[in-house]
Amino acid sequence: MSNAEPMSNAEYDAIIVGAGIVGAACADECARRGLRVAVVDRDAIGSGATAAGMGHIVVMDDSDAQFALTRYSQRLWQDLRPQLPDDVEYEQCGTIWVAADDQEIEEVWRKHDYYGKRGVPTEVWDARTLKQMEPNLRDGLAGGLLVPEDGVLYPPCAARFLLERAQERGAKLRLGVSVAQIGQGRVRTNDGLEITGEIVVNAAGAWAPELTPGIEVKKRKGHLVITDRYPGFLRHQLVELGYLKSAHAVTSDSVAFNVQPRRTGQILIGSSRQYGAEHREVDDGILARMLQRAQEFMPALGTMSAVRAWTGFRAATPDKLPLIGPWPGDKSLFLGTGHEGLGITTSLGTARILVDQITGAKPEIPIEPYLPSRANQELANA
Amino acid sequence: MPSQVTLTVNGLRVSVPSGATVAAAVAIAGQACRISVTGEPRGPLCGMGICFECCVAVNGRPHCRSCQTLCESGMEVRTDE
Amino acid sequence: MSKDLEQRFDVVVVGGGPAGIAAAVRAAECGVSVGIVDDNATLGGQIWRGTSGERQEEGAKVAAIWYRRFGTAGITALCGKRVFHQPEPGVLLAEGTDDLFELGYRNLVLATGARERFLPFPGWTLPNVLGAGGLQALVKGGLPIRGKRVVVAGTGPLLLAVAAYLREHGAEILMVCEQAPWSSLARFTAALLGQPEKIAQAFELKRKLAGVPFVANSWPLAAHGGQTLEGVTVSRAGKSETIPCDYLACGFHLVPNTELPLLLGCQVGNRFVPVDDFQQTTIAGVFCAGEPTGIGGVDLALVEGQIAGLAAAGRRAEARELFGARRKARRFARILDRTFRLRAELRSLPSHETMVCRCEDVPYSRLQRLSSWRAAKLHTRCGMGPCQGRVCGPATQFLFQWNPDSVRPPVFPVRVASLARFRGGAKPEQTTVAGGLG
Repeated sequence: MSNAEPMSNAEYDAIIVGAGIVGAACADECARRGLRVAVVDRDAIGSGATAAGMGHIVVMDDSDAQFALTRYSQRLWQDLRPQLPDDVEYEQCGTIWVAADDQEIEEVWRKHDYYGKRGVPTEVWDARTLKQMEPNLRDGLAGGLLVPEDGVLYPPCAARFLLERAQERGAKLRLGVSVAQIGQGRVRTNDGLEITGEIVVNAAGAWAPELTPGIEVKKRKGHLVITDRYPGFLRHQLVELGYLKSAHAVTSDSVAFNVQPRRTGQILIGSSRQYGAEHREVDDGILARMLQRAQEFMPALGTMSAVRAWTGFRAATPDKLPLIGPWPGDKSLFLGTGHEGLGITTSLGTARILVDQITGAKPEIPIEPYLPSRANQELANA
Repeated sequence: MPSQVTLTVNGLRVSVPSGATVAAAVAIAGQACRISVTGEPRGPLCGMGICFECCVAVNGRPHCRSCQTLCESGMEVRTDE
Repeated sequence: MSKDLEQRFDVVVVGGGPAGIAAAVRAAECGVSVGIVDDNATLGGQIWRGTSGERQEEGAKVAAIWYRRFGTAGITALCGKRVFHQPEPGVLLAEGTDDLFELGYRNLVLATGARERFLPFPGWTLPNVLGAGGLQALVKGGLPIRGKRVVVAGTGPLLLAVAAYLREHGAEILMVCEQAPWSSLARFTAALLGQPEKIAQAFELKRKLAGVPFVANSWPLAAHGGQTLEGVTVSRAGKSETIPCDYLACGFHLVPNTELPLLLGCQVGNRFVPVDDFQQTTIAGVFCAGEPTGIGGVDLALVEGQIAGLAAAGRRAEARELFGARRKARRFARILDRTFRLRAELRSLPSHETMVCRCEDVPYSRLQRLSSWRAAKLHTRCGMGPCQGRVCGPATQFLFQWNPDSVRPPVFPVRVASLARFRGGAKPEQTTVAGGLG
């Protein structure tokens, strides 16, 4: 969309489908740049994966592209922090990657090196320091890596904050609107209403493929448990480095030790991943395994009062990178989806590079790894 | 079976009839059970274990519903203070 | 260390109040194995709390007869255990202070009773403001009430029963404030003419409450005090009146405990669990008796419990013999339902700062502009605390007409270790672990 284009008849410059954290961030960014924007969602703000996530703001290093996006976005969150209202509960508690044995300590050093070269401060801790800093971890762990700039927040309120900012700049929010069809500059609702936009953004998370068939996003179900208040029990987000010792660590379902302190003093316990599970119900077996894993690292969790358990669907792509950019075959359709377990972290960065692409501005990080057309590129190159 | 039971609430000795609840002992000791998220003192509301306003720590275990916990000799009860 | 225990019965009864006791007794007397589970330290539920050996009060004679039958029927009583999940049909999980039970059953009777409805008003969170049943339960649990000044307010027949009980135990009842209009109460009294036992009970209550001001068209406007309650302002004949007092016993009738039926997948109607003539829910082999099928008091609970127990034991013919008694007892339930409707003025009681969700301290002002229970939970954490919305749910339903959400396990907070227990599936050593966050 260049500046030479004539004024269009479309009601909006951009219509965003999905009022989760990604859609909210995109709306905020669009409005900030003076675009006329509307956001539609069939439910409440942040009621999809945003409601079910752990709300962490983290750097990750599974790939350079993942690192680039998470670090870029994490910095944006740090810049935003002073403006975040209290109920967003932003805490820079830091992450500790926990190493259970010497093999994992090697991984600690590798990460330390990787992050160090890229300007992300980290600290390697030995077993004694780890136990001192997190006394409720079991004895016998090998050590860990502290990433002090990582944080947590409460995602539904963060999404709401971003949407309110967008609305203050004129963005329109329509909740309780079920979308039947999108594309070619239109959003058609189940009630037969049609909204026209220069651009439509599919930020519908795990449901993105329902609106745009062919998107390679699959539901990756996760479980969470939250406890009653135990102030002082946990200071940092903790996550394990472990992988199954055997090389072929691929089964259909998996769990990992991941706990977070909330500002309320409640402990949020995750995480699990299931492939092909379509129903929302809590899966007893997975939940049990997740909690058993958590107790292995922090035995005292077992006696704590669990107030709620719930599930959510992450939007997962085959190469673990999100889809941010135009959809091949429909120049007016953009995607902002496929964020798997990093939606909260990368929402702000996603919004920046997505709206850069919409307005023709120069993105601050390379965007090729996240383009929806990359799948076609790979096929073309094959 | 003793007709009176002695326990402590925040270090204060309280004597109650056998079969009395910890909630009653806390009230006799003149204490509120807990402090709410915004700092309000709270005591029992429903009396039947569903409202969680009566929660106290019993023998070091937090979040015990005192209206459903029977007093035992030597019990140490602590409220939010 | 938590013990894992397993017990199997022909019939499991959840809830040890009158309905549950009646169901358990009738089933056991048919010769089937019966287990009854209740989260309180002793049986009796709310209305028979502490009645097992006490003096004459509140239908204690009836209770005593049932307890005697219970004692000789060979029923296994699991007290102090809270049912929180059904991992598979035919099995319930119940947690105690230091143990975890797996209860297997062929037939199930849900007699989970009801709880009070609480409505927020300024000062309602002060210590010594309790439910009506709540204060009575506490006094039964040893709270000294002799010489204390009590105002009883709200709605429903529970108010008078509680006022009478407290007065018998030495409390000074300053006033009973019923929000229903005089016309409803008059119709209620007239309708009781067809129920001689109820008339007798009513006269008994009148006698016990001689000299206590009873006011209809009256409701609490605010509770006052520093660290605890010091006085209550009530609306009376269109004017407000402030009464210094020590306790406010305030409840707005009853709400059925339908969480477990919902969790099990029973169809639940507007508020109650629909059942057929044999008290069977929409799930074969799962029966429901007492308040969750409709608020009807102890007489109806006893009949429904018996029918459910007999049906669960496969004795339909004997169950049928009780249909007439149930029909009679249901009349009272219908009268109750009509009489104690909540008036619209109660929606205006909370001020902006009045806490609506007590677990998470969410004030009325933050909830007003939200459009659904789900939005409230997500954006304010109303209903996300340990009470799981049992207090603020019915309140917000009345205040904002929000519809409640579906129910997920655990239906009560339980230890993490109890949720981690799972007899099927892979052992921890074989668990696949995926690196990475979230």
